[in-house]
Amino acid sequence: MTERMGFFTDTSVCIGCKACEVACKTWNDVPADDLDLLGMSYDNTGSLNANNWRHVAFIEQTVEDNTRWLMSSDVCKHCTEAGCLDVCPTGSLFRTEFDTVVVQADICNGCGYCVPACPFGVIDRREDDGRAWKCTMCYDRIGDGLMPACATACPTESIQYGPLDELRARADERVRELHARGQADARLYGHSPEDGVGGAGAFFLLLDEPEVYGLPSNPVVTTRDLPAMWKRAGLAAVAVAAGVAASFLGRR
Amino acid sequence: MGYYGKPIVKEPVWKVPDVPGYLFLGGMAGASASMALAAQLSGRHELVRPARIAAAVGSLASVGALVHDLGRPERFLNMLRVFKVTSPLSVGSWILAPFSGLTALSATTDFSGRFRGIGTLAGAAAGVLGPAMCTYTSVLLADTAIPAWHNAYPELPFVFAGSAMTSAAGASLLASPSRPAVRLGLLGSALELTSTAAMERRVENYRSSKLLTAAKALTVAGAGLSLLRRNRPAAVLAGVSYLAAGVCTRFGVYRTGVASVTS
Repeated sequence: MTERMGFFTDTSVCIGCKACEVACKTWNDVPADDLDLLGMSYDNTGSLNANNWRHVAFIEQTVEDNTRWLMSSDVCKHCTEAGCLDVCPTGSLFRTEFDTVVVQADICNGCGYCVPACPFGVIDRREDDGRAWKCTMCYDRIGDGLMPACATACPTESIQYGPLDELRARADERVRELHARGQADARLYGHSPEDGVGGAGAFFLLLDEPEVYGLPSNPVVTTRDLPAMWKRAGLAAVAVAAGVAASFLGRR
Repeated sequence: MGYYGKPIVKEPVWKVPDVPGYLFLGGMAGASASMALAAQLSGRHELVRPARIAAAVGSLASVGALVHDLGRPERFLNMLRVFKVTSPLSVGSWILAPFSGLTALSATTDFSGRFRGIGTLAGAAAGVLGPAMCTYTSVLLADTAIPAWHNAYPELPFVFAGSAMTSAAGASLLASPSRPAVRLGLLGSALELTSTAAMERRVENYRSSKLLTAAKALTVAGAGLSLLRRNRPAAVLAGVSYLAAGVCTRFGVYRTGVASVTS
């Protein structure tokens, strides 16, 4: 196993250029969606899905009679405890030597279980080809020592790629810097190994509550409760067996 | 609040009626297989064949529904390339695949009259797997980020267990009225009604489900009608009510989960 690699997306310097979206589509050969104006500020991508592996969110806020624009390039979190990977019945989703989570397209049978298992609503099934797709953190590029396409294209270094430990230290430093400058609402999201997914491999510096960006405030991987679920299902199965047996006892 | 009112978690991409239908058929088949085994062991031979047929038809149709739901149906066998306890669908596939084969074998040997010994063994094995068939599907739904499904994980297995028992009783009553089928229906009704009530107390999403209300009414009707044991039309109606209740329960739980994504 090599070092764990990750993304640190510092939204305080994102300018909403969508170069990340374009670079990702181009490099990974991700099909175009129908072009549509969604009426969501400058966001005409809408959400992360099978055909959008980076998604730049635009939030327009009124702060003291001024408009504040929040922009954030969202991406798969490459969770330490990844629900999508846990529930995948074929082994198509796997953990790489960089501790990232990748779908093997030639194995995926399109069961769709990963889609509702993701607490962030990232992974999605592509309608025409029936398989599940999401960000691979450019598995092919990083294996060759290159940066992922989005981080390479980002003109402001809002998207930073590197060893996760280094990124976490850099992010802590950046938050201190912003707080010192009076930006008290700057905060990190997904950086803590103590959180409900054991920490994200792709984490963020946000300038408002996570919900504002369409991120869950306290995501918890569903499989944390799985042992309890199997136990309950086992008890219920015993109830069925006992019920059937009891029905055949007694008077004919 | 939130990001342009968009839900955070994605809605399931599963097809309807395929997946809720698969939940219903699997449960009905599972309890029927156990019923066939119990009938055999207790010498109620006239009840064995209908139960074996219900188990075989239900499980093969449920495999069909599952394969049809896949984005890549031709890759169904990829389900069996690994075994993962962290994936309820993997565990389920490893239950469903042998179960459907065994039920098909026991039903066909019963009909053909050849290799009866093998058929009996297959039926016995299917009967042992049956209870697992009834309840693993509850874990399949609960092990997701869909709020109403995940939050219901303590009660959902018992709702499905009770529903599977009434469905199997219903299928048996359609074929011929018998005391064991009546008793199984009553036990299943009691289990389903109490566990659904417990689930609704804790997870409010289910309280407004019209399908679950219909399921309760049909279950009560089925239980009541099944007591008129000497009346053949009443027994048939009881069977139909029980089976319809099973369908309503699975579709009700499924739809409530999908709706909870946007609430």
